[in-house]
Amino acid sequence: MLRAIVSHPSGRIGGTIVVIYVVVALLGMFDVTPHNPLQQYRIDRLHSPNASYWMGTDLFGRDVASRLMKGVGQSFFVGFCSVTLATLAGTVLGLTAAWFGKAWDGLVMRIMDVLLAFPAILLALLIIAIAGPGTWTSIAAIAIVYTPIFTRVVRGPALSIKAREFVDAARTFGSSRRYILTRHLLLNLVAPLTVQVTLALAWSLLTEAGLSFLGLGTQPPASSLGLMLADSRNLMETAPWLLIFPALAIMISILGFNLLGDALRDIFDPRTRRSAA
Amino acid sequence: MSYLTRRLSTFPLVMLGVSILVFVAIRMVPGDAITAMLGTEAGLLTPAQREALANYFGIDQPIAVQYWHWLLGVFRGDLGISVTYGKPVLGVILERFPLTLQLALMSMCVALLVGLPAGVFAATRNEKMSDLAVRIFAMIGQSTPNFVVGLLIIYALSAGFGILPTMGEFTPLLVDPLRNLGQMILPAVTLGFAFAASVTRISRSAMLDVLSDDYVRTARSKGVPKRSVIWRHALPNALIPVVTLSGVEFGYLLGGAVLVEQIYALPGLGRLVLDAILQRDYALVQGCVLFIAFNFMVVNLIVDLVYVALDPRIRLGEGG
Amino acid sequence: MTPLLSVSNLRVGFGRNPLENEVVRGVSFELAAGETLAIVGESGSGKSVTALSINRLVDFGGGKIISGTVNLARTGNSILDLAKADEPVLEKIRGSEIGMIFQEPMTSLNPVLTIGTQIEESFRLHRGLTGKQATAAAKDALDRVRIPDAARRLKYTPNQLSGGMLQRVMIATALACNPRLLIADEPTTALDVTVQAQIMALLAQLKRETGMAMIFITHDIGLVAGIADKVMVMQAGEAVEQGGLGDVLDRPQHPYTRHLLGAVPHFESGRAARSDYVRDQLEMASPALRVDGLTVRFKVAGGVFRRSPGSVHAVENIDFDLMPRETLAIVGESGSGKSTTARAILGLVHPTRGGFATHTGRIADATDPSVQMVFQNPYASLNPRLRVDSILAEPVIAAGGRVNGETRARMAALLKRVGLPENCLERYPHQFSGGQRQRLCIARALMLNPSIVVLDEAVSALDVSVQAKVLELLVDLQREYGLAYLFVSHDMAVVERIAHRIAVLYAGEIVEIGDAASVLSNPQHSYTKRLISAVPSIDRRNQHFELDTRQVPSLVRPPGFEPPVAQWRSFGPDHRARAEV
Repeated sequence: MLRAIVSHPSGRIGGTIVVIYVVVALLGMFDVTPHNPLQQYRIDRLHSPNASYWMGTDLFGRDVASRLMKGVGQSFFVGFCSVTLATLAGTVLGLTAAWFGKAWDGLVMRIMDVLLAFPAILLALLIIAIAGPGTWTSIAAIAIVYTPIFTRVVRGPALSIKAREFVDAARTFGSSRRYILTRHLLLNLVAPLTVQVTLALAWSLLTEAGLSFLGLGTQPPASSLGLMLADSRNLMETAPWLLIFPALAIMISILGFNLLGDALRDIFDPRTRRSAA
Repeated sequence: MSYLTRRLSTFPLVMLGVSILVFVAIRMVPGDAITAMLGTEAGLLTPAQREALANYFGIDQPIAVQYWHWLLGVFRGDLGISVTYGKPVLGVILERFPLTLQLALMSMCVALLVGLPAGVFAATRNEKMSDLAVRIFAMIGQSTPNFVVGLLIIYALSAGFGILPTMGEFTPLLVDPLRNLGQMILPAVTLGFAFAASVTRISRSAMLDVLSDDYVRTARSKGVPKRSVIWRHALPNALIPVVTLSGVEFGYLLGGAVLVEQIYALPGLGRLVLDAILQRDYALVQGCVLFIAFNFMVVNLIVDLVYVALDPRIRLGEGG
Repeated sequence: MTPLLSVSNLRVGFGRNPLENEVVRGVSFELAAGETLAIVGESGSGKSVTALSINRLVDFGGGKIISGTVNLARTGNSILDLAKADEPVLEKIRGSEIGMIFQEPMTSLNPVLTIGTQIEESFRLHRGLTGKQATAAAKDALDRVRIPDAARRLKYTPNQLSGGMLQRVMIATALACNPRLLIADEPTTALDVTVQAQIMALLAQLKRETGMAMIFITHDIGLVAGIADKVMVMQAGEAVEQGGLGDVLDRPQHPYTRHLLGAVPHFESGRAARSDYVRDQLEMASPALRVDGLTVRFKVAGGVFRRSPGSVHAVENIDFDLMPRETLAIVGESGSGKSTTARAILGLVHPTRGGFATHTGRIADATDPSVQMVFQNPYASLNPRLRVDSILAEPVIAAGGRVNGETRARMAALLKRVGLPENCLERYPHQFSGGQRQRLCIARALMLNPSIVVLDEAVSALDVSVQAKVLELLVDLQREYGLAYLFVSHDMAVVERIAHRIAVLYAGEIVEIGDAASVLSNPQHSYTKRLISAVPSIDRRNQHFELDTRQVPSLVRPPGFEPPVAQWRSFGPDHRARAEV
């Protein structure tokens, strides 16, 4: 598996980006940063990047590089938690909907249709409006937004696997429902799920940044990439580093997950192997 | 059952679900319902006034009854009164909607005009340098959040050319088309950027799939020239995923592009919702969310109609 | 006189490095005007690639002609080397001078265009016809392939027509501009045998009418006899033998040709039926399986405002019994209900009425370990993510057993018995070939010591020479374990090798049942006769096929419909057929 990713060009690039980000995120989360991200160096306010402040300082004289690392840590924490929740919920709902069919399938899928009738960011906003802004609300909001997508991603292939002959064979042996659901369906869903998890991580980073940008995600003084971008708006002409570095940080992280997701899709699906590049 | 009747029959069901979700969600807001309805002003009320209001609004009744009354109102076009604007919610929404619609249409034009030709071009140049260039560009486009695109465009314009996009008061299209387009073109490009990237990617992969289909080989065996193979035989078959993607994206854009409206200071639906949430104007939030979901469902129905026009297999109820 | 087509030393490769990935290795042949050449070979022999190299469609599939010439004599006696021709020249030749039809008629026509548009296109491109003229020409083309009601059918889209009809449309399209060469790449493989006979008849007749030459590609050497003048046998990219029809079929020189002719099942009208089991009266009292009035109906879904128009009567009132050590073949074409019958017996489909009993008692569900099944598609019937040992363990676990040393010993013994290496327990299904996978499926079915094995098209997806070996294995296993087989198949040649008795299914009902030799050599019901006369055979040379455009009747019946009680006629001790009105 690892070898396949490394030998796939976009897998190699995407994988490298993701690994670097995970390291940065961990460092940020455990406060291993060049400066204290909350420390205000009053004399060095809006200092351009130099040897000490790699990415300059902000209006309050805080080190942008440290805040960025902290922000990446925050974004990844929200991303991983929400995607994990969405994956679990979506897998259970999609799998049971596909297997039991009939009324349960109808109920689950109609609820998912209802959730999908809202633009992602709007649904997240609505949830935050109810529960109030904050890290855990963001996590819950993003998880709820992506649950319908995972449900669909699981249900579609699960339905087609259910119609495959090896499931028929299992039924002729009288294999238990649990055995069929886990060994036959779930095991064959690992591939599409892995792809979807990777892509969902990219989206969740995007959503988290958007929510924070609007002031409804991570609350100051904690740092997050969206907040940093929001703060840069009025200063971008005098201190462009406040805009450029967080913007690049967001873009490249999403790019990394998207590339990795694409590579995984190619690797898992022999039909699209030709479009590898 | 044909595809279309099946889809039509779920429409009211999902709308009902949406309305219940919205209604219940708003009532889950911490604090009592009067506060939820009147926002901060509720703090000024005396207990007697509160009681009178509760009776007036019917919120002393069971929630199911409340929902029923609210739903009847919705059917009459009565979405309640916005506290912040002091006007009926529907009126406030309809004031903002033309801008949102215009922005969504313009972004979709940008996306399809750029994305579709780029995708088809890349597919026919599979694995060549030009294909690779298109794909790298599309990948970057898809990986850039639209508010980042917006910020970067504004920065590039101000740092590079010393111009700031016309912020000022928004001018409706019918009042001054030129000024309006001047205000709208950058937001449309901003929103169209990632949208175009998605269209490029999906049309490329759909074309690649279709180009290896048997009937394309048949067309070639008849001596159909390359251009005609691509545009006449392959493209109509590759359009379904493109239509799906465009429909979903367009439907979401009709819900307002909160972030981009915020950046370009445009008074669209997205900012209306955001402000309503920040102001705790719950009648407005409720109305907006319902309106947006309704639009999204209508767009989905239109997409289904397009499917039916595109693919005779769906017409006869085989798809789904 | 120069031949119409002369291919010499053609070599074709694929991928980035065509030389390393050579699929056709130096093939040469000639074809005169009006002549038919059959290219015979199994999958991977390079027969299709050879054909696709002639009109250079191979370029679009990633192939590249490494060397060799493909000379086509054009009108006016000029000669063009297609192997070196440019794409614009080739576009003019395809469709006007070389037509082509393909294996899968269902996917070979553009689903979003009407068939009229697709036929007209050829006339527009090569004859410059437009508007009404093109439409009229398209109608004539459909008339020519004997599609009834052609004017109306022009407006149909491909999903509204059956596979056989679509293949006719394909032929009409390919022959629209009267090409002098038609390449037919397995044109009947995806079709039912009676439909195959119709298409073969049509091709033969059109050939006589137009005087075109034809290259006919097939894996079925039996099909060759009816249509070819010359035969070329291909194996692993090389033409191992070629010559006149009689020479190749009657005096084969190359061992591979002899193998194809000898080892592969060919239909012999009952002469090759098995005779190693005879029913005796004593045993009749205790059959391994008794099926009694089995009926399966599926309700047709109605619309929101419509009532259900009725039910599909997939299987209607089927009775038979199956003795230990006996094979009963259920034969029929697609839609005949043969697979539904098998699935109902395994509990995968609930019967509407009727039932069955094994010697162990009634089967109400799928859990009776004495009945096991082998499915058609060896690629789909093994979970790709499970190792072979887990696959073989599944029936044991399902029956409540434990995977212990004894089980493992049984796995190893069975794998050895079905001819697989013992070390394959730790491998995954994708590491096996199709034939090996089917052996795995057989081993899995035997894990619980069943008394009855249902084989649903169990060898149909395999290459012909692999088919023969798996059939042999099945016969050996039957003798060894005393198994009763219910063998569901559409392939009469295969059925002849394995069946003791045959039940012929048509539109959900048994129309004829009896001992194999008798049914195959002396069919009584009109459908059985039609079915058997449609089976290709190397004995029937350049036979004059009768054109027959009959369609399978609809199985949808109005609510409450009950079919009339069948009247049976006997023809011998164990052979009876349904009386026809």
